[in-house]
Amino acid sequence: MEALTLLSWGFDVTLGGTLMWLAWRTLASEDLFKGIVLFIAFGLLMALAWVRLDAPDIALAEAAIGAGLTGALLLAALAKLESGSKESQPLQESTITKAMVNKSDKQILFRLLLVILLSVFVAGLVYVVLSLPLQTIGLSETVAENLDASGVSNPVTAVLLNFRAYDTLLELAVLLLALLGIWSLRSPSERNESASGKVLDMLTRLLVPLLILVSGYLLWVGGHAPGGAFQAGSVLAAAGVLLLLTGWRPGVRFAGLALRFALVMGLAVFVIVAVVMVLLGGRLLEFPLSFAGNFILLIEAAATLSIGITLAALFFGTRPKPAQSSASREESGAQER
Amino acid sequence: MNIAFFYALTGIGLFTLGLYALIKHKHLLRKILAINVMGSGVLLVLVALAARTQNTPDPVPHAMVITGIVVAISATALALALMLRLCETSGRAELPDEPME
Amino acid sequence: MSLTDILTILLLSAGALFFFAGTVGLLRFPDVYTRLHALTKADNLGLGLLLAGLALQAESWTVVARLLLIWLLMLLASSSVAHLVVRTAHRRGIKLWKR
Repeated sequence: MEALTLLSWGFDVTLGGTLMWLAWRTLASEDLFKGIVLFIAFGLLMALAWVRLDAPDIALAEAAIGAGLTGALLLAALAKLESGSKESQPLQESTITKAMVNKSDKQILFRLLLVILLSVFVAGLVYVVLSLPLQTIGLSETVAENLDASGVSNPVTAVLLNFRAYDTLLELAVLLLALLGIWSLRSPSERNESASGKVLDMLTRLLVPLLILVSGYLLWVGGHAPGGAFQAGSVLAAAGVLLLLTGWRPGVRFAGLALRFALVMGLAVFVIVAVVMVLLGGRLLEFPLSFAGNFILLIEAAATLSIGITLAALFFGTRPKPAQSSASREESGAQER
Repeated sequence: MNIAFFYALTGIGLFTLGLYALIKHKHLLRKILAINVMGSGVLLVLVALAARTQNTPDPVPHAMVITGIVVAISATALALALMLRLCETSGRAELPDEPME
Repeated sequence: MSLTDILTILLLSAGALFFFAGTVGLLRFPDVYTRLHALTKADNLGLGLLLAGLALQAESWTVVARLLLIWLLMLLASSSVAHLVVRTAHRRGIKLWKR
């Protein structure tokens, strides 16, 4: 067994070292595009680290959301940044990315002070972390004892959707708030995108039904195995991002009230269930023992749809364009003013 | 020191790298990348410390980390939208009051 | 160490070797097109060998079916993405490497 522990230690040390190296190269690279691609690779290696730490739920969420969707968001923002700055001030762009040649003494002193302070900070953090006990009970036994009463058999899902359901409710609200913020900042504008080729169209045609199926599977399996609403929602968002990349836009019928309804549905179902529980005499979000599993599935299903559409809308970045009838054209004209 | 503590130290290292990059760089997209790296570092510390239990890892930090990942992407999306708006109005992707040259 | 275990180790090693070769190609080849060529060819086969090795250790046929699905999806994704990258590189005017 000595060789095996040595090998696994070697693997973990290599993984940790590669994570640090990738983070350094991401943050210190001259070219922003290279930095973002390295960040996506960093996210995928983090998913591997989660697997090594016995956290497959988190690995699924990190690979889909942390690496995939965040990478897509960053690349889209970089593309908009570069196309915007080409029009306005190309000189600024070069001074931004070029390294400074002559540093003043004040700047060197500042940099040195920063390094010293951060070293003290790191030393303090390392001391605090290493002074924690090697083994701890934590809450895993408490969760395991109450797992039967929660309605699901995956402990992470039980914690997310039952024991700490209020946090998840607020998290759905945070997603919605981020989307509201983005929609109020960016006005819908014409975007010049190159026409997608046949290969991307075919890939999307093949993948989107499969992604929807996988999303439903992850939603269902989250009750007893790694999975759940967030992982399923992020796979659905990936399907949405693929569709948006091919130039598909939701039809005019769906881009108005129906879209907003779907966005709000996850949070709304959660809040309605909570209120119904209070009205029926229990505490907030206290599910009755016999129906807990069904309630969790109901909330998760609504949340999956909402999370998927919200994340895809976060990627798209602007409000969907209003319908092109004459009345709303005046309205959108007034809004732009 | 077992493997959980090694990952916790890696998390601290990532957090510090991200913090240094956040303070040093002026370009907003680099700052957003730095914040994401800091977030990953913190989540790594949380899960590494949760792996110290005997048999199954502690599921409460796992749930918090999943929440954290979703909140991180929401914050990143909003931060990117703010950056793009700033770039539209001022022409450069940097905050207007950066002190040193 | 049964026969399946030895076979698994051989297949996993062969897969790792292909991945290694693909990465060396990524680092050493001169331009985008040749790098993509090395990467996709080597990684498709490398993943296939890895998954074959893992399939020998699977508990049931459903796991083997899922591994096959993973390989088919990876083939689809990597070939489509390689095509898209080459198309963008060609549009941006990156020239083929001539000796």
